Amino acid sequence: MTLQFLADGLIAGSTIALGAAGVTLTYSILRFANFAHGEFISWGCYLTLLISGPIGAWSASSIDAIGPLSVGWNVVLAAVLAMGLTGLLAVALDAILFKPLRDRGATITAVMASFGASMALRALLEVLFSSRPAYFSRDLQIAIRVTPGVRVTPDQIALMGITAVLVAALHLLLSRTGIGRALRAVGENPALARVAGIDVARVIRLTWLLGGALACASGVMMGMIVQIRPTMGAELVLPLFAAAILGGVGSVPGALIGGLIVGIAEAATVQLVGSQWRAAVAFLVLIGVLLIRPTGILGRAE
Amino acid sequence: MTRASPILEVEALVAGYERGAPIVNGVSIAACAGEIVVVLGPNGAGKSTLVKAIAGLVPVVSGRIRLAGEDITARPAHAMVRSGLAFVPQTENVFTTLSVADNLKLAAQTLASTERASRIAEVHALFPDLVKQRGLPAGRLSGGQRQMLAVARALIVAPKVLMLDEPSAGLSPKVVEDLFHKLREIRDSGVGVVLVEQNVRAALAIADRVYVLVEGRNRLEGARADLASDPAIAALYLGGACAVAAAG
Repeated sequence: MTLQFLADGLIAGSTIALGAAGVTLTYSILRFANFAHGEFISWGCYLTLLISGPIGAWSASSIDAIGPLSVGWNVVLAAVLAMGLTGLLAVALDAILFKPLRDRGATITAVMASFGASMALRALLEVLFSSRPAYFSRDLQIAIRVTPGVRVTPDQIALMGITAVLVAALHLLLSRTGIGRALRAVGENPALARVAGIDVARVIRLTWLLGGALACASGVMMGMIVQIRPTMGAELVLPLFAAAILGGVGSVPGALIGGLIVGIAEAATVQLVGSQWRAAVAFLVLIGVLLIRPTGILGRAE
Repeated sequence: MTRASPILEVEALVAGYERGAPIVNGVSIAACAGEIVVVLGPNGAGKSTLVKAIAGLVPVVSGRIRLAGEDITARPAHAMVRSGLAFVPQTENVFTTLSVADNLKLAAQTLASTERASRIAEVHALFPDLVKQRGLPAGRLSGGQRQMLAVARALIVAPKVLMLDEPSAGLSPKVVEDLFHKLREIRDSGVGVVLVEQNVRAALAIADRVYVLVEGRNRLEGARADLASDPAIAALYLGGACAVAAAG
């Protein structure tokens, strides 16, 4: 037995954690499970791919790989721009679809509508980009041996570092700033937040913006480590929810822990049991944790 | 106290959650700076809906709301606060998962960053207990402490008018007395106070003027001294719309 599954799991778990942070934010503030969140992951990745082309054409040197990494600055810059665009996509989807339903008090309808939005957004990607896999880079990376039997690529190390930075930044934003205080206030009691002078509509837009941006980061990670396909986000949506619930809905550190647990559990299952069990294991872990701690690992009772 | 022109003027307000079924049906009230106005009425008279509509939480169908001469009708709730109209809801009026300090800081976020600390200090001076409790989640406070925090939170923006929806509900007589004592201090500092109450006896004791609503309309109004002997007020002590209707 080797410990390779730990490394694989941490990397997959980082991808899941970034998506789960967005799910946990929108759920805790709007009390609404958005099943189209996976599509923000796919769209974020394709937008990055789309934008990186013209940037590379405009500045040929930006295509050169950064140090030992497989991609150049054009992809990094494209990812930052795409994070903003994916955030705006999430804001737009809420304004067009979810907000009108929410205003009529139709929360369950909004959840169903998110399934519809998910299919429509995915189909649109297939029309625009075809369902053939795409890649940021076709270069093969040489994995570095970390300890005997455990190998990781430079991309994987960089992406785990970026995840840690993004999750820490989000956690600090929520726990230390006025914006975070407003987000928590709206999550607990939107009517009182309005009475306290908070522009709730603005806080909701900010929530979608943050969730969309993190989903994009998750998508770029997945695109670099695995491949870029229109279904990449949809396949991740159930592990995202498992991770968010496991960590405790509403808790960003919880989403990180939940994501890493789900990622490691999946990787361990693939290595030790068999890959056909991969999809089931997130839910077995989820059921196990919820039996012991119904609010999730870092969740608080309401 | 000399009567100035009203700081809050509400004219013929019609408001309700559903179109075509207004709960407040043409109510007019006014409050001056440095005056406590009490709104009484039986259950279902539309007292709560009236203050919620003024605060921007219930849709206004028609009518006019003016604050210090400025028309603020149908502004969103968060803008009402910024205009100087603060509201303390009846229930769930503090953020239980936030600390006492964060409840106040949240309200202070609507102020210019230079004013925040001084406003919080002024409110602490009025409610010294909150200083000791500042690190505590507001959900851990007792009912009376929560009500004090809710009033303190509303005062952070230095409002011209403070509206409270049945603040005495569920509190012991001693705590109601403390709370109403604070409301007197707030009035004496020049704030117009609008108080919706079921607790007629306690409310009449601090009222400068009184409005009585029945079925979403004005029924009676006047200075406390004039109304104290009114049979309609006496009927309110017994409660029930029928008693008031019969007395009227």
